[in-house]
Amino acid sequence: MITIENVSFRHGKAPVLKDISLTIEKGGITALIGPNGAGKSTLFALMARLLPLQTGRITFDELDVRQSPSRELALKLAILRQITSIASRITVREMIGFGRFPHHRGRPGNHDREKVGEALEMFDLGDLSGRFIDELSGGQRQRVLVAMAYAQDTDYLLLDEPLNNLDMHYARDLMKQLRSLADTHGKTIVVVLHEINYAAAYADRIIALKDGTVAAQGKTADFMTEKTLSAIYNMEVRIRELDGKLIALHHA
Amino acid sequence: MHARKLLVLGVLAGLAILAYMTIGARGNWGFILSFRGTKLAALLLVATALALSTLLFQTLTSNRILTPSIMGFDALYVLLQTGLVFLLGGLGYAAIPADAKFAFEVALLTGAALALFGSLLGSGLNDLFRMLLVGVIFGVFFRSLTALLQRLIDPNEFAVVQGAMFASFNKANTQLLLVSGALILLCSLLAWRKRHVLDVMALGREQAISLGLDHRRELFTGLVLVSVLVATSTALVGPVAFFGLLISALTYEIIRSQHHGDLLIGSVLISVIVLVGGQTLFERVLGMGGSLSLVVEFLGGLVFLMLILRKVRA
Ligand SMILES: Nc1ncnc2c1ncn2[C@@H]1O[C@H](COP(=O)(O)OP(=O)(O)O)[C@@H](O)[C@H]1O
Ligand SMILES: [Mg+2]
Repeated sequence: MITIENVSFRHGKAPVLKDISLTIEKGGITALIGPNGAGKSTLFALMARLLPLQTGRITFDELDVRQSPSRELALKLAILRQITSIASRITVREMIGFGRFPHHRGRPGNHDREKVGEALEMFDLGDLSGRFIDELSGGQRQRVLVAMAYAQDTDYLLLDEPLNNLDMHYARDLMKQLRSLADTHGKTIVVVLHEINYAAAYADRIIALKDGTVAAQGKTADFMTEKTLSAIYNMEVRIRELDGKLIALHHA
Repeated sequence: MHARKLLVLGVLAGLAILAYMTIGARGNWGFILSFRGTKLAALLLVATALALSTLLFQTLTSNRILTPSIMGFDALYVLLQTGLVFLLGGLGYAAIPADAKFAFEVALLTGAALALFGSLLGSGLNDLFRMLLVGVIFGVFFRSLTALLQRLIDPNEFAVVQGAMFASFNKANTQLLLVSGALILLCSLLAWRKRHVLDVMALGREQAISLGLDHRRELFTGLVLVSVLVATSTALVGPVAFFGLLISALTYEIIRSQHHGDLLIGSVLISVIVLVGGQTLFERVLGMGGSLSLVVEFLGGLVFLMLILRKVRA
């Protein structure tokens, strides 16, 4: 279980997060949505100890983010950042291999190599394994980073806009893989999504941030109402049911 | 593949050392070997210290262009020397025992370097050009302080400062070999033990933390190593602005690996080849003992310009 208690955060003088409290149950997929600048990436950075907490408390199971050793946390949670700067002369296989570092601390064993092979296959990167990262397209690079987080093999997975740069095919693949990670491997996945329909189709719960506060949250079916969505995004959003699935019409 | 490259580099380094010890030797071999051996030891130490300090610094800052000296370290060293002459006078300066001065210099330079780099990195300043700018500003600041002090110094004593301002590979301070050798060896061993951690540090702060490193601690210990290495080599031969950059650029080009196991060894070997080989060429073959530092600085400066221009265009 992830607990976030009374977390506020300021970038300089500007308040970005205002007294956020949330609990995210173990298991399943939680989608984090909200307008640009709502504070989603900042919240992720605090959860993954990439920014220092100013007030409040965040815990993953028994581990307090502020106090636990970095390595223990690295075995508990992996994060994909919205923007990652990547050292260029690293091959795809080596990059994914770094995901295993918290486990082997520099001396990879057979199990680590197996995991990397598995990640390569799972994210359809086998043919690219020898390529340098800076020779990849944006979408391919995104898949490498997701594969790296996967290879870290943690209970919790935080993915900040993982669908960036992915085409329809790979976006759907990725969401299906997340679903299976949650269902068959018992992983707890928190994912920032911009396309609400992916959240509607794949997430168990949805949390909406707006202006640094929790604007709405709930089980997906309860969350997907015209009133809620219209309020969050300040525009009219209609919802229709198609083949038993809720679809938000927001693009035209 | 890297093992073969390292082997070739090792052989070349060995040849350079052999050439340095034997070319143009006439007369009493016992004397020649011990005389040249001492100078060789100094060259090897400086080569190692400069190669490792540059590589470590670039890894810790996730950049391949900036070096400690470009960040104002050299200017700081000259300021320190000038300050000593100013305070003690030329005679007093010359009278300080070599090892006491060395200990003082290494301690002070290490402290100053930590303050300089630590404050830069601690502030989360990771944008290359901003760092470069800050380094240049520090450099200008140290240099103007130095210029001010030099104006206040007696012109005769100014000559003493000038001697300390330029690197000289063939007049290494051989009295200090034992101490500096021990320091450099210790730092090298520590860097070697950290090679896997360095691989991860090179990915940048966020990745390093996500992968379970205590980034602040690794950064701090890394910077201590860098500072001691630079301070030691500077105390041995004086400030060298671009040599480290030349070596690191060659290393990345030749080794083409991101494993610090390969990079650390490769950079030291390349550094030995350039420094000992170059010194052999200039001192023994061309008969221009003092010119190597000039040539190396010129080449290193070119590399610096090239890298910066490439970065600007990219
Ligand atoms: N490094 C920073 N310095 C100052 N302000 C920042 C910084 N990073 C983000 N912000 C601000 O914090 C707010 C939240 O940003 P972010 O968490 O990235 O939002 P989201 O991911 O929801 O789009 C925005 O208003 C943004 O401008
Ligand atoms: Mg964001």
